[in-house]
Amino acid sequence: MPGEFSNYWLLASKNTMTESAVIKQPNQQGNFYHALKIQLRVIGALLMREILTRYGRHNLGFLWLFLEPMIFTLGITLLWYQVRGNAANIPIISFAITGYSTVLLWRNTVNRCGNAIGPNLSLLHHRNVRVIDLFASRIILEIAGATISLVVLLMIFTALGMIPPPVDPLTMVIAWLLLAWFAMGLATVVGILCSKYELIDRIWHVLTYLIFSLSGAVFMVAWLPPQAQEAVLWIPMVHFTEMLRHGYYGNMIKTFENPQYIITINICLTLVGLIMLRNAQNTLEAP
Amino acid sequence: MITLKNVSKTYQTRQGRNRVLNNVNMTINPGEKVGILGRNGAGKSTLIRLLSGAEMPTTGSIQRSMKVSWPLALAGGFQGTLTGYDNLRFICRVYGVEYEPLVPFIQEFTELGKYLREPVKSYSSGMTSRLAFAISMAVEFDCYLIDEILAVGDSRFTARCHEELFIKRKERSFVMVSHQPGAIREHCETVYVLHNGSLKKFSDIDAAYQVYLEQQHETAATH
Repeated sequence: MPGEFSNYWLLASKNTMTESAVIKQPNQQGNFYHALKIQLRVIGALLMREILTRYGRHNLGFLWLFLEPMIFTLGITLLWYQVRGNAANIPIISFAITGYSTVLLWRNTVNRCGNAIGPNLSLLHHRNVRVIDLFASRIILEIAGATISLVVLLMIFTALGMIPPPVDPLTMVIAWLLLAWFAMGLATVVGILCSKYELIDRIWHVLTYLIFSLSGAVFMVAWLPPQAQEAVLWIPMVHFTEMLRHGYYGNMIKTFENPQYIITINICLTLVGLIMLRNAQNTLEAP
Repeated sequence: MITLKNVSKTYQTRQGRNRVLNNVNMTINPGEKVGILGRNGAGKSTLIRLLSGAEMPTTGSIQRSMKVSWPLALAGGFQGTLTGYDNLRFICRVYGVEYEPLVPFIQEFTELGKYLREPVKSYSSGMTSRLAFAISMAVEFDCYLIDEILAVGDSRFTARCHEELFIKRKERSFVMVSHQPGAIREHCETVYVLHNGSLKKFSDIDAAYQVYLEQQHETAATH
């Protein structure tokens, strides 16, 4: 629906131009530190609320935060191990863990944010609870879950001697941080679009599976013919997976990541996401 | 003090833009008791949400220099799937207030008993009102925004609200909206009538009610 899209953007820019509302609160005029304190307090409260409603207080509780992605990754790893053995001289266990974890990070974060506003609408009656806080709390939780899952899996398999330790952990950390940043931006943009347009919500879920198979989780760019390499390198997700594996395997493999490209994408997504968050806040209608 | 300067609010609807508030100006001083009369759909709740800061004005500015409550209304403020206690905990965290010391007052005032451990979505409107009112009293605000919440309570609840808000906290401000003049006549010194997006100030409730009734008849005649 391109019509609706352009309409939305027109509205967004218009609103930012004419928006002159100044909200001042006691002891808060220009006091960045005070505002930050409130924001952290609110995000903390929302994190507790998320954990409570999602995992409850029973059985394993919030351990599911990382057990769930761990089990997912383990399942995929086992499956690939059975089906493929060691493809193209790359050990399949580490290949599966490094690949599937990146997918989990961006996919889970975006999916959780598609429904960030709706169920929390009534909490927005409290002035200090803002749309950005709803997104922040969900994003933090998903990134934490995926990160713990990856670290624990790598540690377990390394301890069992089934995979060697990473060659260059720093590159892995940088790749993971860049991916987390990317997930943040993408989750904000797609999350707000999903809550505004049902159509996008539906399309996104189909798109997720498509992007998953093209995201570099199931292949290395080096395995592809040159033309296909050029094409898949337009997909940002490919770069993070390549970079993470570069860190894990070192120079044993050839990777094609381009940090400038993904940083540019990240900056654009973040800017667009922040503008959309502001617009969503200003046009918000509490029930 | 809360100051509204040239505040307008427009909602996007399927049939185009709908202007709910049109160039509204008002000031609420510390300790002032304000009543707002208006028909269903006149924009009373919108005004309350703008005062609270839950929604932003489309144009104009709002300044707040006192601690203003969230809109104490039948809907909103609570997460339905969480229990009464968990909602209390959430609100305490959001406003930076200690949770433990408030529990006895909440238990005593709401008389919800074991229902405090049940999800709020299972509460009746009277129960939700009691919880909302109790938490807002316990957190302590300088200005309370009361959106029809007193109207759903039984006489015991009304009496206790009276005691807590109008007697124990009589130096605080509040803004009360209603489509009936009863409670406003009893408690408010400044009265506004909200009609067709405009706000008119009265210092006499009877004059305000007269205008309100005339407007109602006018609208009935034109429809």
